[in-house]
Amino acid sequence: MTFLQGIAASNGIAIAKAYKLVEPDLSFEKKTVENAEDEAGRFHAALEKSKAELSQIRDRALVDLGADKAAIFEAHLLVLSDPELVTPIEDKIKSENVNAEHALKETADMFIMMFEQMDNEYMKERAADIRDVTKRVLSHLLGVHIVNPSMIAEEVIIIAEDLTPSDTAQLNRNFVKGFTTDIGGRTSHSAIMARSMEIPAVVGTKTATEDIQNGDLVIVDGLKGEVHINPTPEAVEEYRRIHDQYEAQKAEWAKLVNEKTVSSDGHHVELAANIGTPKDLKGVVENGGEGVGLYRTEFLYMGRDQMPTEEEQFEAYKAVLEGMEGKPVVVRTLDIGGDKELPYLNLPKELNPFLGFRAIRLCLEEQSIFRTQLRALLRASIYGNLKIMFPMIATLDEFRAAKAILEEERTKLVSENQKVSEKIELGIMVEIPSTAVLADQFAKEVDFFSIGTNDLIQYTMAADRMNQRVSYLYQPYSPSILRLVKMVIDAAHAEGKWAGMCGEMAGDETAIPLLIGLGLDEFSMSATSILKARSQISKLGKAEMEELAKEVLNMRTTEEVIQAVKKATQM
Amino acid sequence: MEKQFKVTAETGIHARPATLLVQTASKFDSEIHLEYKGKKVNLKSIMGVMSLGVGQGADITISAEGSDAEDALRTLEETMKKEGLAE
Repeated sequence: MTFLQGIAASNGIAIAKAYKLVEPDLSFEKKTVENAEDEAGRFHAALEKSKAELSQIRDRALVDLGADKAAIFEAHLLVLSDPELVTPIEDKIKSENVNAEHALKETADMFIMMFEQMDNEYMKERAADIRDVTKRVLSHLLGVHIVNPSMIAEEVIIIAEDLTPSDTAQLNRNFVKGFTTDIGGRTSHSAIMARSMEIPAVVGTKTATEDIQNGDLVIVDGLKGEVHINPTPEAVEEYRRIHDQYEAQKAEWAKLVNEKTVSSDGHHVELAANIGTPKDLKGVVENGGEGVGLYRTEFLYMGRDQMPTEEEQFEAYKAVLEGMEGKPVVVRTLDIGGDKELPYLNLPKELNPFLGFRAIRLCLEEQSIFRTQLRALLRASIYGNLKIMFPMIATLDEFRAAKAILEEERTKLVSENQKVSEKIELGIMVEIPSTAVLADQFAKEVDFFSIGTNDLIQYTMAADRMNQRVSYLYQPYSPSILRLVKMVIDAAHAEGKWAGMCGEMAGDETAIPLLIGLGLDEFSMSATSILKARSQISKLGKAEMEELAKEVLNMRTTEEVIQAVKKATQM
Repeated sequence: MEKQFKVTAETGIHARPATLLVQTASKFDSEIHLEYKGKKVNLKSIMGVMSLGVGQGADITISAEGSDAEDALRTLEETMKKEGLAE
C-alpha cells in the first residue's frame, strides 16, 4: 500500500475508485492511404460520433449548469459543422492521399494559428475551442478514450494535476466523492471548491497523478491530508470507522443548527458563511449560518464570454437576499483582475498581478462595470439585509470615490422611481496592511470592517500564497498578524462599528480562541466549518481568551503562540 | 441580392450572436456571405464569421444567392433585429 502526504483541503473521509482527469495520448504519424474515399468516410464517422457526444454533453450542461455553460458546447458543435473546416480536410485527404488524422491536425492548426495571432483576447480564446473539438475528433479517429468528467456515472475520487473552475463546474456532485491534486494549497481554487461542494479533498500531493492509476482504490483523508492508494482491507475497515466517527460528530454538531453562537460566559458572536453563488445558500441554511459574511460576486462574471447584465446580477443578488430571510448579507463588489482573469475584459498580462490592476482599482477605472453592479445591488437591497463591501481598499480616497459612485447611482435610481433601501451599511475589506494600520481613521467613515486574512497575510509577509516554496510564511498566528487584527478590531469598536473576518483564519480552530479574545464580532467561513466553530466557541470563556490574547500579542514567534493556545484550551 | 446593416450589439458579432447567425444561415440552401471591411466570408462558417472580428458600429453586407435567397435574407434580418444585433 502506498501513501501520499498532501494538504488537508476539505474535511471528511472518502473511499472510492480513482478517476484520473489527465490528457490522453493523441499522438499519431502521417501516413499515405490507399483508398482516400474510405479515409474520408472514416473522418466523417469520427465527426458524427463527436457531434453525438457533444450534443449529449450540451443537453447535460443545459440541465446541470444552465444555458450559459451549454452555449460553449453549442459553439463546439457549430465548429464541427463548419464547411470552412470540414471541406479543406476532405480535400486534403483526397488530393494528398494522407490519413485523416494528419489532414485534420494540419487544417485545424492553421485556424488555431490564425485565431491566436489576433490581437484580441477573446479571439485568442477561440483557438482553445478549436483545439478542444479537434482533440475530440482525433480521439475518435484513434479510438482513444477521452475523459469527460460530466459523464461520470459511478462513485469516484477525481485525481488531477489541478482542477480549474470549468473542471469543477463539470463534475457531477452525486458521484464525485472526493478529489486529490498534485498542486495547490488550502486557499487555492480547487480547495475552496471542495469545501463549498462539501466533499473531502487533499491537495498538493505533488505526485498523485503519477502514483495513482485509473481504477485503483483510493482513500482520501481530508482530515489529516493523507491519500492511501490500494489500501489493505484492514486499513479500509479502519477508515470506514473514522468516517463513521466523523459523521457521528457532524450529527452531534448538527444539533447546534438553530442555536446562537455564545461563549461559555455568555458572549455572543455571529458565525456567517462565505458563498460564491446563490446555489451555496442551501449549505448556509443547513449549517446554521447566521448570515452571509462574504458573497464573492466574481463567479457571476467568470466562465462566460461577456459581462453579466444588470438584470442577471439583480436576480442573483435578490435570490441571495431573499434566501437569507432578513439575515445580514455582505456582498463584496467585483474582485477581478490580476490572477483572476476575464478574457472579455482584454486586460494586459501583469508581472505582479497580486499587486496590480485589480478589484476596486479596476472598478474605479472601468466605471461602467462598477456602476452596473452597484445598480443591481441597490435595486436588490429592498429584498433583505444588504451590506456592501469594497475589496482591496488601500486609501481613504478609494473608499470615498467608490462611495460617491454608489450615491450617484442611488440618486439616479430614485429619480427613476426605483425602490432602494435606506439603510445599507457600507464597509471595506481590510486586506492591505496600509489600511489595517490606518484603521482608526477609516473607522470614522465606514460602517464596518471585514478582515480578509488570505491576502492580508500574504501582503504583510510579502509571500505569494500560491508559491509552495514560501508557503511556510503563511502564518496566521504570527504575532505581527495578530497585532494588525487587533488594531482593526479596536479601531472599529472605538467608533461603535463592528469588525468581521472573512479569510480562512476565521474558521481555524487554533485562531478562533484568539479572535474571541481579541473581540472579533463576526466570523465568516466555509459553511461546513460553522457548526464545528459554534461547538468550539460554546466551550470557550471570553474573559479567559482575552487574557490569552493579551499574552500572545507580546510573544515573539508563531510557534510560541500555537503552544500558548494549545495550553489554554487543552487542545 | 444583398443588404447592408449597421451592427448595434455591444459585443459586436462574437460568441452567441455569431452562433445564432450561422445557425440561421445554415437552414437555407442559398450561398450566403458576410462582408466586412472588404473581407468576405461564408456565413455558414462559424470560424469565418468570428475571424472577421465585427465590432459594434460596423457596417456589414449580407449577400445571398440561390433558390431561397430572398427568404434567407429576410429571416436573417428579422433575427438580427429581434436580438438587437443590427439594423
